[in-house]
Amino acid sequence: MATPAPVVLRKTALNAMHRRMGAKMVDFGGWDMPVEYSGLIAEHMAVRTGVGVFDVSHMGDIQLRGQGSLDAVQHITMNDASKLQEGQAHYSAMLYPQGTFVDDVIVHKLSPNDYLIVINAGTREKDFNWVKSNVRPFDCHANDYSDYYTQLAIQGPKAAETLAKLTKVDLSAIKGYWFKWGTVCGLANTLIARTGYTGEDGFEIYVPSDVATSERVWNEVLEAGKEFGILPCALGARNTLRLESAMSLYDHEISETINVFEAHLDRFLKLEKGPFIGSEALKKIQTASGPQRKLVGLEVIERGIARDGYPVLNLDGKKIGVVTSGSPAPFLKKNIALAYVPTELAAIDGEVAVEVRGNPVKARIVPTPFYRRPKKTA
Amino acid sequence: MSYPEKYKYTREHEWVEIAGNVGTVGITDYAQNSLGDIVFVDAPKVGTKVEKGAVFGSVESVKAVSDLYSPVTGTVTEVNAELASSPEKINSDAHGSWIIKVELSDPGEVGTLLPAADYEKFIAEETGK
Repeated sequence: MATPAPVVLRKTALNAMHRRMGAKMVDFGGWDMPVEYSGLIAEHMAVRTGVGVFDVSHMGDIQLRGQGSLDAVQHITMNDASKLQEGQAHYSAMLYPQGTFVDDVIVHKLSPNDYLIVINAGTREKDFNWVKSNVRPFDCHANDYSDYYTQLAIQGPKAAETLAKLTKVDLSAIKGYWFKWGTVCGLANTLIARTGYTGEDGFEIYVPSDVATSERVWNEVLEAGKEFGILPCALGARNTLRLESAMSLYDHEISETINVFEAHLDRFLKLEKGPFIGSEALKKIQTASGPQRKLVGLEVIERGIARDGYPVLNLDGKKIGVVTSGSPAPFLKKNIALAYVPTELAAIDGEVAVEVRGNPVKARIVPTPFYRRPKKTA
Repeated sequence: MSYPEKYKYTREHEWVEIAGNVGTVGITDYAQNSLGDIVFVDAPKVGTKVEKGAVFGSVESVKAVSDLYSPVTGTVTEVNAELASSPEKINSDAHGSWIIKVELSDPGEVGTLLPAADYEKFIAEETGK
């Protein structure tokens, strides 16, 4: 195998900490990130049964500020931001004019003239340039605050109890997809959002990105979670957790060649809010016969593992689609995948095959998400 | 981690133990550590012919697939059935978890495989990159 040319990778403030703690590192979208600490399965299970903490500082943060910021957000995203209350966030996406994805995002309403858009790591520059050029007609400023924050995701059924040790903010008053400002680890005005990418309850906190503060907070979170068996978690587990919850990953389930209907994300699409970038193309797709292909969940039913990029075949062996994300599911103990298949073949319980290194392995179309966290009865 | 002197090694991170004209094959601790949690071993059936340097199966972790290259030429006489239900044994004891046993057609060819010290040097260079 040829040795690749050396590349300068970007680093989060916790990079030295990850390396000191012995994390296995990987190049993720140009970032030198941990992929595994103690082991993918252990980390995955910690999040599902206790609590885990992730450094997700590589993600980006765009702030839109000004009297025209709501109009600007409405123009560039597909969900209806006018429905957000102060302190509320929602899942959304920025679309190209043809109704395909620039990126998926979380939009937070900080105040009537102040919106925070959290974006993916691999698309930071593209997204920021897209936002800047498309909000020009509006009375607002777009600022890239990505490097200002160390973002930690504390996720799992014990996440609230863990974070409660580090803040006096009443976390039970923060509902899912809502956020508050408060003092965390002695740091005033810290954004505490009940958001995440794991399918579990959890919080994302945004603290100043200097190394000393970032390391101190990281250590305090690990200390607070010790009694719950907290583990530092990395990108390997992050991927299997989001896959079990059927959450999209850019350039897998969503991309610039995939539209909102195909990606099964139209519940976040609010065409009724008025025109926005992508709305006209999506209206046409909707009034025509709908999308040609659909994202489905697969459960592999013969011996084998379906992985990203593997072809999907019908039972006659003809290629009909492709796996966008596939992996063993550590909690469910099954091999699962998300895949695009023709709409007419996308019915639940339909059987297809996945070509695993030349051999067809049967899979069944199942409802998504594959995993739903248990409802709290207490 | 010390690499057993009684084994010979390949640059693809397999080990083989020779006893008479039977070779017992597995993957090294370095390999299992790179792979992460192993969930699946795809081994050939008894009677399959394997060839030195050729792919004879694969090992899968949650995040990756890795081809297995045979260190020896011959015929598979035994397959470790434990690994079908407990593939993670390779993670906890790579040097004690054999995958296949092979009746060697050319016992002399093991001379070109790496002894433990050379393999250790090889992986030290790999990790230093």
